[in-house]
Amino acid sequence: MAKKVTVYSTPTCPFCIRAKQFLKDNSVQFEDIDVSENHEKAQEMISKSGQMGVPVLEIDGEIIVGFDKEKIKGTLGI
Amino acid sequence: MYDLIIIGAGPAGITAAVYAARKRMNFVVITNDIGGQAAWSGDIENYTGYQFVTGPDLVSKFEEHMKKFNVSVKEGEPVADIKKNGDIITVKTNKGEYEARVIIIASGKISRELGVPGEKEFKNKGLTYCATCDAPLFSGKDVAIIGGGNSALDAALQLIKIAGKVYMINIASQLGGDAIMREKVMANSKVKVFNNSQVASISGGKMVTSIKVRQEGKEREIPVGGVFVEAGLSPNSGFAKAVEMNEGGEIKVNCRNETSVPGIFAAGDVTNVPEKQIIIAAGEGSKAALSAFRYLSQKR
Repeated sequence: MAKKVTVYSTPTCPFCIRAKQFLKDNSVQFEDIDVSENHEKAQEMISKSGQMGVPVLEIDGEIIVGFDKEKIKGTLGI
Repeated sequence: MYDLIIIGAGPAGITAAVYAARKRMNFVVITNDIGGQAAWSGDIENYTGYQFVTGPDLVSKFEEHMKKFNVSVKEGEPVADIKKNGDIITVKTNKGEYEARVIIIASGKISRELGVPGEKEFKNKGLTYCATCDAPLFSGKDVAIIGGGNSALDAALQLIKIAGKVYMINIASQLGGDAIMREKVMANSKVKVFNNSQVASISGGKMVTSIKVRQEGKEREIPVGGVFVEAGLSPNSGFAKAVEMNEGGEIKVNCRNETSVPGIFAAGDVTNVPEKQIIIAAGEGSKAALSAFRYLSQKR
């Protein structure tokens, strides 16, 4: 079964754009949360990741901070 | 072993790659990120052919152009060291070592760090170098901006819309930058400017809670939930000790993009070429690739 992928991002950060493009290029479906619009979700991201930088990816409960391509690949098994 | 290694994939590195690919050189691009500072730029209105384009859009056009040639790109590999031994240049990264007969350094500029206690510890924990990226996460919080130039003013204009109080910690006797932005910032009642001031330290628990500011010999503590470092840029040349630099750490090049070491070329914002512009960096990148190609042909 496909893993549940969430991306917490802002529209203006280059690494968010790259992370989302990378998922699209690899045909990975994901939910994109714009934390600049949604303050509750922004708090959720901060408490889950223990930090305030975007992007944050959540893959089946596992948190990845930043666009860490190798880690994302490993966690997704691609 | 490669003919050529290009370090960096901003406007200079990517343009060098396009030229190298068209010359059918055997090469690789090694870089921490794609686009460099251009990727962080907002609106660009001075790149010929584009009356208006955003930084991320221009960068994706650059990348598309490079990928058309199936260029091999090692992304996420910051370079740690370069060494020349005989005719071979070794490039060491966080993941391995690569060898080539020529290299082009196009590693650009990076945010200048403050070098104060707490800076490293609280990075991404309330302290950020990218207001454009992270500002929306600081809504309602009191924040400090470290700097007094255009990038600091730009951060202030973004933060005025969402944050609580906005403190500007400025090392000079008055704010710099463009008058039009400065006036807007100073007219806002949320903003308090500390001139002749420096940050002494940053503290907090899990996240930033305060900074210490030194002003004319006196120190005071200011409670803040966010610190935006906008203290300018410095050349990303720390790994390039093999070549000559100017006082500011910019790599010295001549009009053929040659550095002090034969076989090592440099291009774009990391060099001492005047004016840091996307279009100039791109032009310099093409020049460096052509010079590198000519150098190799003469060696053969």
